[in-house]
Amino acid sequence: MPAISTASLPDIVFMLLFFFMVATVMRDSTLMISNTLPVADQVQKLDKKDRVMYIYAGKPSDRYQDKFGTQARIQLNDKFATVQDVGAFILAERASKRQELQNVLTTALKVDGETKMGLISDIKQELRKVNALKINYTTRSGDYTQNLR
Amino acid sequence: MAKRKAPEVNAGSMADIAFLLLIFFLVTTTIETDSGLNRKLPPMEDVVDPPIIKERNIFTVVVNKYNDLLVEEEPMELSELREAAIAFLDNGGGKGEEGCSYCEGARDPDSSDNPEKAVISLKNDRETDYKVYISVQNELVAAYNTLRNRVFKKRNPNFGIDYVQAEKIFNDPRTSSTEQDRLKSKLDEVKALYPMKLSEAEPSKTN
Repeated sequence: MPAISTASLPDIVFMLLFFFMVATVMRDSTLMISNTLPVADQVQKLDKKDRVMYIYAGKPSDRYQDKFGTQARIQLNDKFATVQDVGAFILAERASKRQELQNVLTTALKVDGETKMGLISDIKQELRKVNALKINYTTRSGDYTQNLR
Repeated sequence: MAKRKAPEVNAGSMADIAFLLLIFFLVTTTIETDSGLNRKLPPMEDVVDPPIIKERNIFTVVVNKYNDLLVEEEPMELSELREAAIAFLDNGGGKGEEGCSYCEGARDPDSSDNPEKAVISLKNDRETDYKVYISVQNELVAAYNTLRNRVFKKRNPNFGIDYVQAEKIFNDPRTSSTEQDRLKSKLDEVKALYPMKLSEAEPSKTN
């Protein structure tokens, strides 16, 4: 029986490599919270990346739980933050963007599905104070009944 | 002197190198979610004279701390919410000037006058789960989208697309500006017929 030629193996591997290189988006902040997004089907695509500010919230992940507890927290960039920090964060983010983009910014709320609404309402109040009114509840797409399990 | 041939580079390890890179990218890849429900928050300024809205034009949706849904003070399953919201928005029970020529609802005098006046009021508790809140939001947005799709298709039968698809094309940065202008007037027309009036009350405190 003749041996199978492996001459095209590099080509196949390179093809896969290129796919992943193109599809990769490097995360700019490491998540310190569990972040299972809820599901919705009436979704709209988010704006271009440079027009979006991200606010994460959820329970601290296992390795941070002995330090930060199990209550849901807000994460801004790479640190845990309190509700009072949100306004300053938005203003700083806004100032770092180009002038012409400053009025079209969207705030994406990437919040874990298990979080209580109290925290989110507090964030929304802070956003209203700094006039960041365009928000996006980031969700996975799928049927909403998956949320209720 | 005889010309020396350059020795050939051994390409046998090429596959290994490529595998190494491949594994690196496989591990670091996170396919990021970049879609969601777009919403607009109301501005902070206090309204001096809140407009008086008739009771029949308000559709109250309450989610309590046990994640139960109360619609117009009656308990309801989440799966029925979309239908109920559509029935309310599309009712068109107004008389004469207040009427609604494009509505296909029941024209119940105890429900909304016309879609322009109909307001959905969403209230949740501080202890409500975010995922339940998102489900409710999703269903309410779906109700508006269903109605907008219907009227968009009726007014633009030759487009072959519905409102949601048209909006997606409009928001796509690759769409040319002439195409965007053409869609914008159509989208605005439909938006004016079924304006999204979703008001959120500040959450109630749990004692």
